[in-house]
Amino acid sequence: MNSVSALFLDYTFQTVALGSALLGLISGVLGSFAVLRKQSLLGDGVSHSALPGVVMAFVLLGSKKTEVLLMGALISGLLATLFIVGVVRHTRVKFDSALALVMSVFFGLGLVLLTYVQKIPNSNQAGLKRFIFGQASTLLQRDIILMIICGLVLLSLVLLFWKEFKLFTFDTDFAQSLGFSSKKLNLLLSFMIVLAIIIGLQTVGVILMSAMLIAPPVAARQWTNKLWIMVTLSALFGAMSGITGTAASSLVPKLPTGPAIVVCVSIIVLFSILFAPGRGVLYRIYQRRKNKILYKLEGGSPDVPSN
Amino acid sequence: MEKQQNYAVEVEDLTVAYDARPVLWDIDLKIPKGKLMAVVGPNGAGKTTLIKAMLGLLKPVTGAVRFADGSGDVRVLKNRIGYVPQSGSVDWDFPATVQDVVLMGCYGKLGWIRRPRKMDIELTKQTLQKVGMQNYASRQISQLSGGQQQRVFLARALAQEAEVYFMDEPFKGVDAQTERAIVSLLKELKEQGKTVVVVHHDLQTVPDYFDWVTLINLRVVASGPVDEVFHEENLKKTYHSSGALLRSVV
Repeated sequence: MNSVSALFLDYTFQTVALGSALLGLISGVLGSFAVLRKQSLLGDGVSHSALPGVVMAFVLLGSKKTEVLLMGALISGLLATLFIVGVVRHTRVKFDSALALVMSVFFGLGLVLLTYVQKIPNSNQAGLKRFIFGQASTLLQRDIILMIICGLVLLSLVLLFWKEFKLFTFDTDFAQSLGFSSKKLNLLLSFMIVLAIIIGLQTVGVILMSAMLIAPPVAARQWTNKLWIMVTLSALFGAMSGITGTAASSLVPKLPTGPAIVVCVSIIVLFSILFAPGRGVLYRIYQRRKNKILYKLEGGSPDVPSN
Repeated sequence: MEKQQNYAVEVEDLTVAYDARPVLWDIDLKIPKGKLMAVVGPNGAGKTTLIKAMLGLLKPVTGAVRFADGSGDVRVLKNRIGYVPQSGSVDWDFPATVQDVVLMGCYGKLGWIRRPRKMDIELTKQTLQKVGMQNYASRQISQLSGGQQQRVFLARALAQEAEVYFMDEPFKGVDAQTERAIVSLLKELKEQGKTVVVVHHDLQTVPDYFDWVTLINLRVVASGPVDEVFHEENLKKTYHSSGALLRSVV
């Protein structure tokens, strides 16, 4: 117990935990929209595709600064998205194939570039590899500030366009018929989702980042039928996993932070899928049993409108 | 100019294509104000495409759509055009209540960023009452039956308080009682001077429900008052069949 309280007073831990919590919160909010729009996989594509951008940014600009590398990640992530959208629109290749193709090509390119960079003298310790699995311990105070700024911008945009995002996510055509440009909304929301992914790369890495985008909203959806509660819960689950994962990796030697965070969020998902009232697996089994008995007793439908 | 006033919607030389394949070919259509019009045709005839093109959801290859005041831009007219999409076009497992969805009908009037007001919520309650769903306002939409989903979409369109309504198969999957309720609602809209365009599948009920009809199959086969154009010859042309099946209808 002592070691835990000592841990929470540790400055490095505070920084890393705060960063992970922010990452979880932001990706939880934006992930909700990605999941509801059935674009979970696009997040996976974007994060994998960010790798060559990170390496290219280093090669071209020679800087190891997080914002420079993340800018590279952002550009190649967006480029990959454009490729996917373009291939789907102009060829007969379907979305899933286009996604898998672009994602593996970009990721492969990233790995090739990474190998090349490590052969250049003087750049051996560039620390670019941390973007593959993430390395939360490299989070600095200025990285946290960058995350806070991006987070504030993203959250304000979500609040500002709440009505539009809700409408657009539920019924795109209807939104368009009301005069809300679905092109603009799609662009804005996609850009925001990409930004949320990029923010998390340093901590969780390109391979696991999509879990942070998908898992919190999937868990949150189990507990509520209201969008704003789902988004709030999702943010909470994301932040909780960030902190718990960081703590776990600090207490257990050689446990990497990114994967620890992902394991934490997976546990939340598993619990939610099993035990949530209404949508949970156990609840549904219970309900089915109850219905069976009701049918036997009354031979009628137990689902009479209650209100 | 005077003549134009009588039409709620005018479609001119409209051609729509998916990839290179035309789905609608050179459509000319004049929909008079205050009519209940059915759009009838076989599967794949382009009924939904026609509605979507008129709403500006699809970009036509050529042609134009004009509304009563001469403007063809749906965005300018967003408060005047109501839309009931096919209920299967959305995911009903979306986390929202019936009231949330109906409230979306008010979003067009509100425009960007502004939040729904109290009067909007009042309006949703009224329109839910009109479709007989007032007791379901706080229901999660995933718990609705097919007929209830249709009625929710109808209530949402009513909340738009539009002048022209486009409805894509509002009778799909509804029981006889709901169908009667929807029909009387359509007639009520007509009495208020609104124009209603409905994609319809049941040829039997066309003469009972509608006073105007457009028969399409890639092109417009015929368009006009039901008692003038809704006859066997036109139906044969539309459905390319011997008409044996249709003979009983007309």
